[in-house]
Amino acid sequence: MKISLSWLREFVDITESVEELRLIMDDLGLVVEGIERVGEGLEDVIVARVDKIALIEGADRIRLITVDAGNGPLDIVCGAMNFEVGHHVPLAPVGAVLPGGFEIAQRKMKGVISNGMLCSARELKISEDHQGLMILDEMITPVVGTKLMDALSMTADVVFDITVEGNRPDAWSVEGVARDLATRLKRTLRSPKIAKPNVKATTDSFASAGIDDPDLCGRLTVSALRNVKVGPSPDWVAARLTSAGMRPISNVVDASNLVMLELGQPTHPYDAAHVAGKTLRARRARSGETLETLDGVDRELAKAGRGLGDTGEDCVIIDGDDHVLGLAGIMGGASSEISESTTDVLVEAAFFDPMTIARSSKRHGLRSEASNRFERGVDPNLALRAVGRFVAVLSESVPDLEWMAAPLDISGKTPELPVVELRENDIERTLGVAIPVKESTTILEGLGFSVSEKKGSLFVTPPSSRLDIRSGANGRADVIEEIARVYSYRRLPRRSPSWPTPGGLSQLQQFRRKVRDVCIDLGMNESWTPTLGSNEDFDLVHPGAARVRITNPLASEESVMRATTITGLVKAWGKNIDRGTGDVVMGEIGVVFTHPDSTKNPHNTKGGVAGSVTLALPEETERLTVVLGRTKDDATTAVAFWNALATRLSLADVVVRTLDAAPGFHPTRCGALVDRASGAVLGYVGEVDTELVHVLAPTATNRRLGLIDIDLTALSDHSKATRTSQFVNVPSRYPSAVIDLAFVTPLTVHAQDMAHALRSASPLVERVELFDVYRGNNLPEGTRSLAYSVRFSSNEATLSDSEVSNARDVLIATATSLGATLR
Amino acid sequence: MSTSPLDNLAAQKAELLEKVTSLSTLDELKEAEPFITGKRSILSALQKSLGQLEAVARADAGALLQEARREVEAALEARRSILSSQARAVALESDRLDLGDVVVSAVTVPVSVGHPGLVGSTQRELEDVFVGMGFVVAEGPEVETDWYNFEALNIPPAHPSRGMWDTFYVELGEPETVVLRTHTSPTQIHLMENAVANNSLPIHAVAPGTCYRRDTPDARHLATFHQIEGLIVDRNITFADLAGVIETFTHAYFGPDIESRLRPAFFPFTEPSAEFEITCTICRGEGCRTCSNTGWIELGGCGMLDPAVLSAVGIDGDEWSGFAFGFGIERCGQMRHQIADMRALIENDTRFLGQFS
Repeated sequence: MKISLSWLREFVDITESVEELRLIMDDLGLVVEGIERVGEGLEDVIVARVDKIALIEGADRIRLITVDAGNGPLDIVCGAMNFEVGHHVPLAPVGAVLPGGFEIAQRKMKGVISNGMLCSARELKISEDHQGLMILDEMITPVVGTKLMDALSMTADVVFDITVEGNRPDAWSVEGVARDLATRLKRTLRSPKIAKPNVKATTDSFASAGIDDPDLCGRLTVSALRNVKVGPSPDWVAARLTSAGMRPISNVVDASNLVMLELGQPTHPYDAAHVAGKTLRARRARSGETLETLDGVDRELAKAGRGLGDTGEDCVIIDGDDHVLGLAGIMGGASSEISESTTDVLVEAAFFDPMTIARSSKRHGLRSEASNRFERGVDPNLALRAVGRFVAVLSESVPDLEWMAAPLDISGKTPELPVVELRENDIERTLGVAIPVKESTTILEGLGFSVSEKKGSLFVTPPSSRLDIRSGANGRADVIEEIARVYSYRRLPRRSPSWPTPGGLSQLQQFRRKVRDVCIDLGMNESWTPTLGSNEDFDLVHPGAARVRITNPLASEESVMRATTITGLVKAWGKNIDRGTGDVVMGEIGVVFTHPDSTKNPHNTKGGVAGSVTLALPEETERLTVVLGRTKDDATTAVAFWNALATRLSLADVVVRTLDAAPGFHPTRCGALVDRASGAVLGYVGEVDTELVHVLAPTATNRRLGLIDIDLTALSDHSKATRTSQFVNVPSRYPSAVIDLAFVTPLTVHAQDMAHALRSASPLVERVELFDVYRGNNLPEGTRSLAYSVRFSSNEATLSDSEVSNARDVLIATATSLGATLR
Repeated sequence: MSTSPLDNLAAQKAELLEKVTSLSTLDELKEAEPFITGKRSILSALQKSLGQLEAVARADAGALLQEARREVEAALEARRSILSSQARAVALESDRLDLGDVVVSAVTVPVSVGHPGLVGSTQRELEDVFVGMGFVVAEGPEVETDWYNFEALNIPPAHPSRGMWDTFYVELGEPETVVLRTHTSPTQIHLMENAVANNSLPIHAVAPGTCYRRDTPDARHLATFHQIEGLIVDRNITFADLAGVIETFTHAYFGPDIESRLRPAFFPFTEPSAEFEITCTICRGEGCRTCSNTGWIELGGCGMLDPAVLSAVGIDGDEWSGFAFGFGIERCGQMRHQIADMRALIENDTRFLGQFS
């Protein structure tokens, strides 16, 4: 909301500087988003007439202009081309300082002396127009030599752009902001001039009004104005509207807008000649009714919306023929608009149910200055005072204006004002400081609340402009906020927090940090890939599966929630490859989503209005996904990466079991990571499916990408991912013996299972490590040779040759029992 | 009766179909395609010859030919699909690697330096500050019902204050009842509901997490972003504790010369509410472009828990009180590292990632 300083000053004396005022408004919760200084730097700019335009030799982008600014001919070099001899334009003479601090000096260009600068509207910060010079003849009847600000009826002013918070319906007006300032600064709030009906004939002799649905329309006032002459507004009205960012239209419409900006009450003027029966009634729209609103859109009324609890209620204003004139409080229809021929005006000033306006406005996608105010709650008692102001403003341009006596005033249902009890220590209990009763009372009364004291409690009733103030405990919080706001948050005390319970991270959170650290240590670049993806990408990994869709995505490529982090990482890697910076390991710890229909573990939770139903939401699981994309990376480096990670995470024994397929993996180069003790599958290791690389990273189609994709929750769960004992072995102090054993082993026997069997075969075994795999035609079909290095040791003594030999025999026997033969 | 160019169509078609069946590799198929359905095929030749027919006859013959063409094309596509899956199967088979047999000690892995992501690192730093102050770290789901994201937070259906959040809706349940959480505040509700159910008040928790708003990304905003939310519910908690926690955090995270201040604001779930600002970290309060010459920058929102929220989760507001605060994790990282364009965070450009350690 834009409010000018001069407008505020009509309501309250302000002696503070602009910067001081900004701080005060910020501290009151009226946040100043911007300050615009109108007319600053224009003091020296004068109106000049173009008398001659001449070319400059050797220049085609500038011309020599001779102007008259009241002191005879003056030569100016100018680059604009949009004007002719006889036009009046703004001249900044030598010595003038333009907005932004640019000082005009005499300059020499192409051998010609320029004695000033002719200006565009943008150079003068009057508008954004930079098409050429500002041609004054199009706007006013200019007089040579006058000051530009006088010619344009401009006065230097400061305009504050203020954000009004959602719980301050009262502050959405000049008077509301002024009231806050007056209370804080302990100054008097002045009221603007308010007119009274000035003819004896009563309104009911001319017009009628009614409310059919009092729950939607809490109050409807209709005033009859006669002898109206539609024309332009007085300059000050136009200037006020312009400063607030509104365009002046005509005296009647402008008066309506001015009152809305000034007092916060939207009013709607109708041409009485075009209102059937000169009757305005408010009622619920009926199913099937339509309305063409002022923006030219045909709207179907009373149609249920998509939003939760939106039954499709619209409040409409109808005429004597039951014909819909407008969407109450939001936008009127075209039929009864004010025109140049209007002489009798019906002014509607009303109170509409805020939630009805909010729902209608959202459903019809129609927001207006009026609906913004009504949906937050306009003061139900403001209507006729606002019309009084309307008439006072309009009378300036229509001196013979008649406002008929006894305006129609129909009551519906308005919100009841609560009485909020502030008990003796309520303020201290909330704010941590006791604000003296006298000070609280002064603040509240300044804001229009009425306060009475009884047995140590304050009983507080808000003004009717404060529909945001609730009852009971909620209302207490609301009232205390008002006191604190004006008292100033900056004056409130601060207390360093302390409580006996320690802070900390959960086991999962600590584990997640460790996984992240280890992966980064192993070369992973931590990435952040999109949660929302396309259907096509989803189908690459989970073809045809049920998916979690977004109803209102920003783009179709962002319409599905990811079920894997693999696609996002491969894409991100592909983009790096395109940039020539892709020989890297990329990884992410991220959440993936499974449609409740596709999982046994949907997230069942409270939903619906008031949380009254149970809804099945997607299962959310956290995965660690690492894509190894360095030049020589493939499934084997992925296994090596996993091994390093598993070791750092103290996993006891996780076996890589070859698998036919895992989502996103190369079908013949992938394995499941199976915990030997628990049998749980923790994730998968291998390579990215070549087809996925082809589609997602097309410029790297032939690259192999190592891939690890792990269920982080399973990995963190000690009952699934078995840990090594936290008790460590002290290595033997005696020398150990190392032997190599190679076995021709059936393909069906897993190398890690064989190692495990060898390790368990004798208590003397300290370590077993696979060091070679040989496949060759000279071996029986269905076998390969596995070569292990075995270290024996004993804590009691140096092992004798026979002890080593015996142990060796035991190991060979164990291997033989698995179908292997010593090579 | 004149002879039609299509007199032999049935036989010609059969011949083409047979040819299709005989194709045994993708290369063969590619080579044969022009002669089966392409420009050099009998079908194309027949098409040309239709020109000599009269209009009516031409239309009939054309339809007939078109049908034959469709049949041949369908057969060709079916063949292509069979051959490509065969080719893929062969390729996969020759690619087969038993990962159980990988000799890890023989795998050479280059030493490569990894880098943490900015969001993850910033989140950890923030968590550490709060853990040091006695908070535990809580987490909540990203897909929420209207109840948790809005209604329990005192934002009733269709309430104008919902306009404060541009919401992504999820296609589950009744329209607009399931959302991608627009803030981490629903985690407050989960924490309080659980504490009530387990009789485990008080609560001192922060909840970091991913949030979503339907907002086209630009230099300052991302549609997906991270927040950290703080919640305290305890006895005798006042606004002074809120201001104290904000101040302690500000000094601990941003440094002792960065101050905090509160100014009135509106959030449906807190009352009194405040926006908290800190000394501009760019100019240290001198005034610069980033802080619009005010010396202060907005960091987040906070306030005393609204009694309506306490009553929605069944906490007795006469015995317990509390406050909540929340702010953007990216924004903290952005301020510390002076990142000109937030979109760099989601582009995963290794030249960007490589600057963090």
